[in-house]
Amino acid sequence: MKARIYVTLKKGVLDPQGKAIQRSLSHLGFDGVEEVRVGKFMEVRLGAMGREEAEKLLQDACRRLLANTVIEDYRIEL
Amino acid sequence: MTGQAMKIAVLVFPGSNCDHDAYHALKHVLSADARFVWHKEGSLAEFDAAVIPGGFTYGDYLRTGAMAKLSPVMGAVRGFADAGGPVIGICNGFQILLEAGLLPGAMIANESLKFICDYKYIKTETSGTPFTRGIPENAVLRVPIAHYQGNYYADRETLAGLEENGQVVFRYCDAAGNVTPDANPNGSVGNIAGICNASRNVLGMMPHPERCSEAEMGSADGRRLFTSMIQWLKERGR
Repeated sequence: MKARIYVTLKKGVLDPQGKAIQRSLSHLGFDGVEEVRVGKFMEVRLGAMGREEAEKLLQDACRRLLANTVIEDYRIEL
Repeated sequence: MTGQAMKIAVLVFPGSNCDHDAYHALKHVLSADARFVWHKEGSLAEFDAAVIPGGFTYGDYLRTGAMAKLSPVMGAVRGFADAGGPVIGICNGFQILLEAGLLPGAMIANESLKFICDYKYIKTETSGTPFTRGIPENAVLRVPIAHYQGNYYADRETLAGLEENGQVVFRYCDAAGNVTPDANPNGSVGNIAGICNASRNVLGMMPHPERCSEAEMGSADGRRLFTSMIQWLKERGR
């Protein structure tokens, strides 16, 4: 089973990288882009297990390592 | 006081690169019994204090300090800190303490998106820690910083708690001690350069006191932290 994990900066946490990218896009003429927020995407391959078990495992993994919940939110797609 | 030199652990992780600087400052400048402790070690029982030095542990993979927080020695650090032992995390050491949850908050990239390696001024906000007891409040220290991820962040509630309990130990300031936005090198909330835990025995700071412990290095201000800590240990007794 493959899972996809999205880790994003929480609302209100400064994203200097996203800001720099937005400015660069603006220099290129992409005036319609008002904000960019940079996050992480992880693809995880899991052994044979049920969806519920996988969800539980990944929630735990996100909380303990994959995301820093002080500054980041995460979303799991199974 | 036993008359023997204080035994201080300098933790070494894969990717630590300020371990020898810390060892040198403690052993050769301050005559402490400094010892390197590999991150696989599970105990700090024989030590009087622990230093988590700077560097790029595990190549800063995932997040700074995210891998190192899982090393066996960090379990020992937690137990050591819980028992009241003084722990100082410098730069990457601070980042590791944050990731391990031994200090509140987190680090994000510098506002400028630049790695900053420079001497900066920091203001001592409290003498009420083992590391600053010999430094008067409001004293300005000249210390080097060298980091990309030194932009300290904590949510409003955490920050209010830190301020209320006097856990902000150092703030970036100008040479005269004014805490201004211009004196903030990295965007840290409240110009925060260093904080301690509620029990005040765990200090995390981005500036490098071990790199400025001798006049030959451009400043000896950093030595005052280690002198304070060693004096505190002597007075506490073993």
